[in-house]
Amino acid sequence: MITIKNLKAKIGDKEILKGLNLEVKAGEVHAIMGPNGSGKSTLASVLAGREDYEVTEGEVEFLGKDLLEMEADERSREGLFLAFQYPVEIPGVSMTNFMKAAVKAHREHKGLPELTAKEFLALMKEKKQLVNMDTQLSQRSVNEGFSGGEKKKNEVYQMAMLEPKLAILDETDSGLDIDALRVVADGVNKLKTKDNATIVITHYQRLLDYIVPDFVHVLHNGRIVKSGGKELALELEEKGYDWLLN
Amino acid sequence: MKTEDDIMIEDLSSKEYEAGFVTEIEMDILPKGLSEDTVREISRLKKEPEFLLEFRLKAYRHWLTLKEPKWAHVHYPAIDYQDISYFAAPKKQAKYNSLDEVDPALLETYKKLGIPLEEQKLLAGVAVDAVFDSVSVVTTFKEALKEKGVIFSSFSEAAHEHPELIRKYLGSVVPYSDNYFAALNSAVFSDGSFVFVPKGVRCPMELSTYFRINASNTGQFERTLIVAEEGAYVSYLEGCTAPQRDENQLHAAVVEIVALDNAEVKYSTVQNWYPGDKDGKGGIYNFVTKRGICKGHHSKISWTQVETGSAITWKYPSVILRGDYSVGEFYSVAVTNHRQQADTGTKMIHIGKHSRSTIVSKGISIGQSNNSYRGQVKIAKSAEHARNFSQCDSLLVGNRCGAHTFPYIDIENSTGTVEHEATTSKIAEDQIFYCQQRGLDQEQAVSLIVNGFAKEVLNKLPMEFAVEAQKLLAITMEGSVG
Ligand SMILES: Nc1ncnc2c1ncn2[C@@H]1O[C@H](COP(=O)(O)OP(=O)(O)OP(=O)(O)O)[C@@H](O)[C@H]1O
Ligand SMILES: [Mg+2]
Repeated sequence: MITIKNLKAKIGDKEILKGLNLEVKAGEVHAIMGPNGSGKSTLASVLAGREDYEVTEGEVEFLGKDLLEMEADERSREGLFLAFQYPVEIPGVSMTNFMKAAVKAHREHKGLPELTAKEFLALMKEKKQLVNMDTQLSQRSVNEGFSGGEKKKNEVYQMAMLEPKLAILDETDSGLDIDALRVVADGVNKLKTKDNATIVITHYQRLLDYIVPDFVHVLHNGRIVKSGGKELALELEEKGYDWLLN
Repeated sequence: MKTEDDIMIEDLSSKEYEAGFVTEIEMDILPKGLSEDTVREISRLKKEPEFLLEFRLKAYRHWLTLKEPKWAHVHYPAIDYQDISYFAAPKKQAKYNSLDEVDPALLETYKKLGIPLEEQKLLAGVAVDAVFDSVSVVTTFKEALKEKGVIFSSFSEAAHEHPELIRKYLGSVVPYSDNYFAALNSAVFSDGSFVFVPKGVRCPMELSTYFRINASNTGQFERTLIVAEEGAYVSYLEGCTAPQRDENQLHAAVVEIVALDNAEVKYSTVQNWYPGDKDGKGGIYNFVTKRGICKGHHSKISWTQVETGSAITWKYPSVILRGDYSVGEFYSVAVTNHRQQADTGTKMIHIGKHSRSTIVSKGISIGQSNNSYRGQVKIAKSAEHARNFSQCDSLLVGNRCGAHTFPYIDIENSTGTVEHEATTSKIAEDQIFYCQQRGLDQEQAVSLIVNGFAKEVLNKLPMEFAVEAQKLLAITMEGSVG
């Protein structure tokens, strides 16, 4: 699915990713953990194609293509999805219109005809149920006035709408109450197939009880310093990061 | 004798320039092509009743006394008055013989807007088939109006068929002495529309200039007069979303609206005159005087406009709220790109008790353009408990454009309330990236965000117009990023 080799990236003069390697195969779930400021969101942003970051070294192959060559929107249409840690608000643009434009762009890319209004509404309804999202939210402007938890749900809802090949969830669990956490995790699990993959960035082992990872990686200072199975998350929960970093 | 209103109206009008209600451009001295004989000739050719000639002559003589406005900045070459033909040309020669001769970029835009072929020809100035002249929809439409007693015709036609109405209302809201361009228009206006909705009648359909776009070539000095009698209602649509080319550089239109007791007039505009090329060359100067008077109690006038065209737009649709409990509204989206300049806004003049006004202005500046909102709210001594709410939002796309807000507030009655809110924002990189992450390219992202910004105003437009306006905004955004 995705192969990251020796990835280095900086913002301004500050190098944040310092030679990161990671391989994710179809059907797998990877969890990335690590202390605040270690570069987790940076990795997600670089993969999604945010221009503020300059990639200085390394390569990323995504479904056989050179990911770093693509514009952000192209990456999305090729099947890479990022659930943002901090989703932005877009005043005046209803969720419905936003998703309509997004789905249209994705379908066009795949050479599929645009959905009819009826088909589209049916799709929205189905996907909203998946994350138990309030119908009213889709009439409101994108993320505007959404509560922290609603924003996170909304990210997973969009993921459901676009059915990506690779989804990166950046702290999607933070801000969710216990029930919402279960619902969202359930949603993510339902979207899982043997052909797609998920990278879950989180601080809490709790989420990994629901979305069970095949691999857990610890990111520190721009590098993956430890990888293991799901038990690594439990170990981290117990011991913290110190034992790894020194 | 002059009534108090007349004085008030005159007073307002002449202040326009003093208050800086202008877009700065350089003007030529008096046009060579214009004389009293020209004015007489226009009137004669149009076989106008005597009073109209009188009106034109008074306007012309007044115009002669007006000083050429002094403009501080000069971003545009002078208007060449010598190039202007003041005759209402009988029927314009088609500029091209077929669409093949028309600028492909323009045709591309028409295609995107989904404009039918025949109409494309018309807009681009290609000779039009006779078939188009007798579209049956126009006839059906006229029948339905006639039944209700609604008059909707060209101004010239009305001058012949309803001279008493024209005489009564022409110049009653925008006197010929109003300003330089209004005086010029009053002297030489070519044609325009006349709407009269009799007492108690709700006009059964939206009246659109589209329906008579081919009936008369209204030209550069357009004159529109709309009268809604007691309890009447009408919604009027001006313009069309297709970029219209016109070899006339100067457009100086006048629109007057009169609403009597309990009457309501909604006036919606989509203005998309040719803005010129990237450097502003060849664009149209659009100097419009639009004003309505809520003459009766509980009357209402709303202006809704989407302004995307013209090299320079100078336009302040205003409402004089004379009736008690009358309501004035102004909803505007103005987009400027490249080197365009828009100076637009409104004036709400409260005279009647408990009169209310709402102003919502959304300015979008792209490229190196400049977009200004200029608004005046006046609460006269007589206007007990008048209320105004103004909101002016500006959105900047890129770093080289400008947005300016000039609110003038003048309160003479302490029971009045005036609220003004203003914001200026830039499209955030974050927002664009968010959209891109969902698969939209940069241009689509900007267009979506801009449409969101303007939504409150677009929602005020009649349905079909709103859809077109959205497409138009999207097209205007093209090439705005990267
Ligand atoms: N625009 C920026 N300018 C300067 N430094 C930045 C910028 N963006 C991120 N950084 C820095 O890069 C480092 C990595 O940040 P990043 O957001 O990737 O951390 P994170 O692992 O996601 O942390 P958290 O767990 O708190 O979400 C931090 O030290 C942060 O301050
Ligand atoms: Mg983070």
